[in-house]
Amino acid sequence: MSEPVTNLKNYAAPAELRRAPVVECSGGLGVLTDKLSEFAEGKTPMWWWILFLPAAFCATVVLPFCLFYQVFTGVGVWGNNHPVMWGLDIVNFIWWVGVAHAGTLISALLFLTRQHWRTTIGRMAEAMTVFSVMMAGAYPAIHVGRAWFDWYMFPVPNSNGLWPQFKSPLMWDVFAVNTYMTVSMLFWFMGMIPDFAVLRDRATTRVRKIIFSILAMGWTGSARHWHNYEKAYVVLSGLCTLLVFTVSSIVGLDFCTSQLAGWHATIFPLYFVIGAVFCGFGMMLVILIPLRKWCHMEEVITLSHIDKVAKLTLVSGLIIAYIYAMEFFIAWYSGDPYEKWVFGHRLFGHTYWILGWMLIGINVCVTQLLWFKKIRANLAVLFVIGILINIGMWTERFVIVVGSLYQEFLPANWGKYMPTIWDIGLYVGTLGTFFMLYLLFVKFLPMIAISEVKGAVPHGDPHHVLGGATNKKGGQP
Amino acid sequence: MSEKVYGIIAEFDSPAAILHAAEKVRDAGYRRWDTFTPFPIHGMEKVMNLGNSMVGWVSLAMGGGAFASVVGLLWFSNAFDYPLLVGGKPMFSVPMTFVPSYIMLIMGGAVGALVGMLGLNQLPRLHHPLLHKPRFILASRDKFFLLIGALDDKFCEQETRQLLEAIGGKHIEIVEEEA
Repeated sequence: MSEPVTNLKNYAAPAELRRAPVVECSGGLGVLTDKLSEFAEGKTPMWWWILFLPAAFCATVVLPFCLFYQVFTGVGVWGNNHPVMWGLDIVNFIWWVGVAHAGTLISALLFLTRQHWRTTIGRMAEAMTVFSVMMAGAYPAIHVGRAWFDWYMFPVPNSNGLWPQFKSPLMWDVFAVNTYMTVSMLFWFMGMIPDFAVLRDRATTRVRKIIFSILAMGWTGSARHWHNYEKAYVVLSGLCTLLVFTVSSIVGLDFCTSQLAGWHATIFPLYFVIGAVFCGFGMMLVILIPLRKWCHMEEVITLSHIDKVAKLTLVSGLIIAYIYAMEFFIAWYSGDPYEKWVFGHRLFGHTYWILGWMLIGINVCVTQLLWFKKIRANLAVLFVIGILINIGMWTERFVIVVGSLYQEFLPANWGKYMPTIWDIGLYVGTLGTFFMLYLLFVKFLPMIAISEVKGAVPHGDPHHVLGGATNKKGGQP
Repeated sequence: MSEKVYGIIAEFDSPAAILHAAEKVRDAGYRRWDTFTPFPIHGMEKVMNLGNSMVGWVSLAMGGGAFASVVGLLWFSNAFDYPLLVGGKPMFSVPMTFVPSYIMLIMGGAVGALVGMLGLNQLPRLHHPLLHKPRFILASRDKFFLLIGALDDKFCEQETRQLLEAIGGKHIEIVEEEA
């Protein structure tokens, strides 16, 4: 006779209702530590070099070349010209900020909601945030045209007696992006302190020992230290979560406070936040799927985690679909002829109409594939969907920026925009820099939060049988 | 250079073991002792009676300070020192000040959290007597250490060692520091 279900203490849930384990790595905490620090300590594999060298070429040759040429010659080297004064530079800026947001969402918001599975991918997500905000920040700094006057954007007392004009959302953006970069770096670094101590204690060479000793700052793992550390972590997570909703909102405000049809909509702050998160989840899939295989982390970053990221992608994709529908509805419902014109021309205009269909085809239609469990379990398909989402969201930003500018109120002002080789070179350069930094991070720093994962597995739970507890209070092993 | 006793350290195998050991050390009346673990052990802060961490207050103070200073800066720069009329809007108003000040509140709060955490933990420090112990490198791996400090009123090399043995500690060693 089986136990009656009312006796919950002894009731074992059926397999499909049980929560997936955080890691599928068998063995204790020591084995887990070996597994997690293996890649940062082992020999550099061939695939790393194959990816690193082209990325490093883009970062150290293509990017500086495009930057120097643009700064010495002027913004005219880009395709930006009247009436499209915001071109690929702003498109890429929003795209990079967007990629950053999913990282913060995974590492901070999922921490606050106590999703233990985030421990395995949180660090990689944070690294994605830090590096992509860096890439984003570069664009407005050079788009101002005279990069040597960038310091005018900061409230520095100067001999002209001038101050920045704080009524403009563009000014708020300077603060938002700088804060985002600083705070996500602090969060990333603080999370790594205990893991630096792990690598310090495992170091076999003197150089490694010295470097990681300095980075770990004398961390011993004292309960008093952990106590303050956990508090600081919660506070930083809360603040980072606020940033997820603030930074892209402010980028959205840059657009919607203007009078231009296609930009002047109250939905923009939310639109940009969700778009950012959606795009970032796409990038997360692109990064996680190959790395978990090549770094032999299949037992740590399990299929269940990938499945959850895919589900979050689907949720944000559905909100995006709703916003697209709402944008078109409001354009029609407002009765504003300019709004109607712009939105009609997004799909049925000339030159850029294909991009309008691309963003609906990818962001709305392809995303629906994620409803199916089979698709979410098929890593190759997920990888392709991740890349498509990145392309789709890039297209969306292009449609918003260029698609609204090229046909403004006066037909006499209409014009076209085509990116030049320097626009594209700069984008390729930032992509290369991002991947170069990411590969360096994966190779030399703890890419998975070692101490957090250990605290989230049954072996680390003092109330669990595997954690040494004598009773079964902690649930099934 | 002479060496003096810093404390006695014992090693435990599981999170549950260190938690029970900590309860017993507390019940034996010791006050200056600490545990060293590879990850935070849930329930340890209650056993050690650590109370609420002050980090949150440091963060609040720095965040609040940053918020107030930016409101002040915006008033000074755009309404007082160089009044700037833009689109007929007021020189100084809540919508204009809120966003940048709020952003800097986050910045201040984040810096406060990190600085507060490091400050309260007295980090960074380049040296710790425990880091001399060869077995202590396992504290970041899969072993759990309990240290009873020599400055404790009840500390006695013989009795403390016996207590640690009784509660199941292994590899009990005396930790020395350079005086």
